Amino acid sequence: MNLLNILDKLSDDQFFTKMTSRSEGLSDIANFGRKAAIASIPLGLGSFMATSAKAETTKDSVSAASDLIGALQLALTLEYLEDEYYRTGLAKSGLIPAGDKVVFQQISKHETAHVAFLKATLSSLGTSPGSKPTFDFTVGGTFQPFDDYQQFMILAQAFEDTGVRAYKGQAGNVASNKGVLQAALQIHSVEARHASQVRRMRANKGWIELKDGGRMPAETDAVYAGEENIMQAGFNTSSLFGAPAGSASFDEILSGDDASAIARLFIV
Amino acid sequence: MEKTVHVSNKGATLDTSRRNFLKLGGVGLMVAGLTIAGCREDDYQFPMDDVFDLGKGDLGILNYAYALEQLEADFYTKVVNNFYRGINDEERQLFTDIYHHEVIHRDFFKAAISGATSSILPKLEFKYDGVDFNSRDSILATSKALEDTGVAAYNGAGKYISNLDYLVIAGKIVSVEARHASAIRNIINPGSGDFSGDDVIDVNGLDLAKDPKDIVKIAGGFIKTPFTWKEQGIG
Repeated sequence: MNLLNILDKLSDDQFFTKMTSRSEGLSDIANFGRKAAIASIPLGLGSFMATSAKAETTKDSVSAASDLIGALQLALTLEYLEDEYYRTGLAKSGLIPAGDKVVFQQISKHETAHVAFLKATLSSLGTSPGSKPTFDFTVGGTFQPFDDYQQFMILAQAFEDTGVRAYKGQAGNVASNKGVLQAALQIHSVEARHASQVRRMRANKGWIELKDGGRMPAETDAVYAGEENIMQAGFNTSSLFGAPAGSASFDEILSGDDASAIARLFIV
Repeated sequence: MEKTVHVSNKGATLDTSRRNFLKLGGVGLMVAGLTIAGCREDDYQFPMDDVFDLGKGDLGILNYAYALEQLEADFYTKVVNNFYRGINDEERQLFTDIYHHEVIHRDFFKAAISGATSSILPKLEFKYDGVDFNSRDSILATSKALEDTGVAAYNGAGKYISNLDYLVIAGKIVSVEARHASAIRNIINPGSGDFSGDDVIDVNGLDLAKDPKDIVKIAGGFIKTPFTWKEQGIG
């Protein structure tokens, strides 16, 4: 990995054309902003590079680096999934009511940006970003999200709530690189904003009380398993206002394996 | 040098508190002056001894989070004890839930820090100049500012946390703050993209992250009780 490669890519317009080819909705200004932001990545990764240089000698640092890459690849898979899901939904005429379009366009814009950002981050770390899997959002015909708006919203909620938990679960794996850690936190809270919005559009609360997803099919149980937790570092969060408020005041993590298992349901 | 500030859980008055808070900005200058004069810091009896310093390392971060959660909990306690005119059921439920969450966050930090050390931030006092608790617009705007600030604060503080358990806890809380921010923003401007608006999410799809210095500057307008955070250059 080296800075020259990154700088070389930055000067290569093909790189950006290829990277942004899916994001037709993005304006030139946004693309310029992305370019500028990617240019800033090497600075943010400075600490990782320093660690990496030392890493050859210490096993811990090496595994920290591979944990970091693994976490980013998992995140990329989840973002590929969300990105394709919303773009497909928005492209399907008659699916999303006019009044809700702006919301999903905003979410879709962010997921597209997350894919590009994670790909650029992985590249800057000297790793090839994983390629986009082939998705089947019907899960072999179980769901019809692009024909039934309520199902579209159900899966959107499941994906967003999963995203929040999955990023949180990777915090420890990206903590070795402060630049990536902060970016991951910054994506994580965007997923939480999305989740809250989609939940509220489904007449749920924006937050998760106990492990109740809120009128969700049993197939999504894995998304909410464990959310009912009320013990945080020895503190009982239910003692003040009961278990629903206590559990809702903290979101729970999802392990990499559990997050992958949820994503794999939709991967052919 | 005059003794100017006190830990105001012993009672800073409304009149002096703003002045006291502003004087925090002078502390750094004072220390610099002493250094120039050849005084060693550890030889000098600070007149600021009873001003709480958030502390170093993870303890500092925990006290910082505790300060912010104290502010949020205090604000929403006032909101639910005096709901603005014309509030509807949805908004009443929303503010009640958020009030619950923030009080739980506050008490969680109080318990967690108390369990680990006696250097726990005292109970802060707050003021809400310019906030009209009878006005829907004023309360929603203040809530939006507080929640967005909370998100940016946690997002910016993560890199300073060394204990991974604390990092995960911070992560568990920040997403709830983001859920709040989204809901408040949607109530202010329904059917729009404001729940994750372009004013807080950049072209890379990244939410705001702010350093403690900037957060304390933003939240400082609400905080009556002075404190310092020398490690972060605050105060």
